[in-house]
Amino acid sequence: MYAFEFVKPKTVEEAVAALREGEAKVLAGGQTLIPTLKQRLAAPEKLVSLAGVEGLRGIRTGDGVVEIGAGTTHAVIARELAGAVPALAALAGDIGDPAVRNRGTIGGSLANNDPSADWPAAVLGLGATVVTDRREIAADDFFQGLFTTALEEDEIITAVRFPMPKTAAYAKFDQPASRFALVGVFVARLDGNVRVAVTGASENGVFRWQAAEAALGADFAPAAVEALAPPPAEEMISDLHGAGDYRAHLVKVMTKRAVAACG
Amino acid sequence: MVEISMTVNGKPVTAQVEPRTLLVTFLREHLGLTGTHVGCDTSQCGACNVHVNGMLAKSCTMLAVEADGAEIVTIEGMAAPDGTLGVIQQAFQDHHGLQCGFCTPGMVMSAAALLRENPDPSEEEIRAFLEGNLCRCTGYHNIVKAVRAAAEAMG
Repeated sequence: MYAFEFVKPKTVEEAVAALREGEAKVLAGGQTLIPTLKQRLAAPEKLVSLAGVEGLRGIRTGDGVVEIGAGTTHAVIARELAGAVPALAALAGDIGDPAVRNRGTIGGSLANNDPSADWPAAVLGLGATVVTDRREIAADDFFQGLFTTALEEDEIITAVRFPMPKTAAYAKFDQPASRFALVGVFVARLDGNVRVAVTGASENGVFRWQAAEAALGADFAPAAVEALAPPPAEEMISDLHGAGDYRAHLVKVMTKRAVAACG
Repeated sequence: MVEISMTVNGKPVTAQVEPRTLLVTFLREHLGLTGTHVGCDTSQCGACNVHVNGMLAKSCTMLAVEADGAEIVTIEGMAAPDGTLGVIQQAFQDHHGLQCGFCTPGMVMSAAALLRENPDPSEEEIRAFLEGNLCRCTGYHNIVKAVRAAAEAMG
């Protein structure tokens, strides 16, 4: 790992100011950033730790909304949302392994936007709102391709606001070595519509499978997905873990499983 | 250099470190606590697992400066000061839960974290919790037996 300066601001404003000076990166739980630094794939001059910033952690529910502080760890979400939103709790509880879940945060995962990460599927699948230090970004506008988001260089996610679904479920086919999603599908029934978001599969990162949304809007049953053609194989990731047509097939299978799990 | 202070196995420690120093490097090379192992160095094997403020964490995936002010427990903190093994360690010995022993410190720290949150885990729950601990000898059956035996011994 190359050398860097380490700063630990106490407020979001101080953190944003620190990001504006020099080539800086935000350090949240570090479960992706630290391995990246160790491999010398990134060499920031400065790390701005959010560990000392007040008000970034915790979960608030009410008025049909679940708001999760960006610095809340996967482990806390898995534990505290088990009753209120089981789909989010189950997703959080299946990220990485227990040690990773104790450090990794929802905000860090979203800002990184790994094409195989789990949280992007939940945020896009529920049509959540990403709250930052300066604005609110709709999920449909937030994810912009591999490791790319609508965030500006000095912008920090402070919270994520999810609408409470009628029912929702996440079905994930684990890549057995990394435990990232080889394909993960989040299905949600909200007031008046169905959303289907897919992670792990596409060359462009998380995406909505609109054909499945339309079919499930008319008939919310696994059989409605069975009748569909899978998404185009040439748009899927093709690597040593699975070819494009295999991932396209898995999208369909995991969508059916998620619908079945919605009950 | 940055000054950091933390408690390691009950003892207060203060030191100057570079910000890029990993917690595992600090434990092994600065404090000489070489019981915590670096297995994969890519956040997958769990051999470097320690407890940070009572929570399981990979010390190879955390900076020492992030542990400033924290309470750290390593494998050296699991035995009594006179060397008597802790209940989990003894169960690993009794049930042949270690072969080469390289993964064992991380396995014991994970097992301790599991038993704190779930004192009576099923075999399935033990296997699920140990997902992030790799044993290259593939000695998993006896590791799971040892954790189960430790749960019973701790009552």
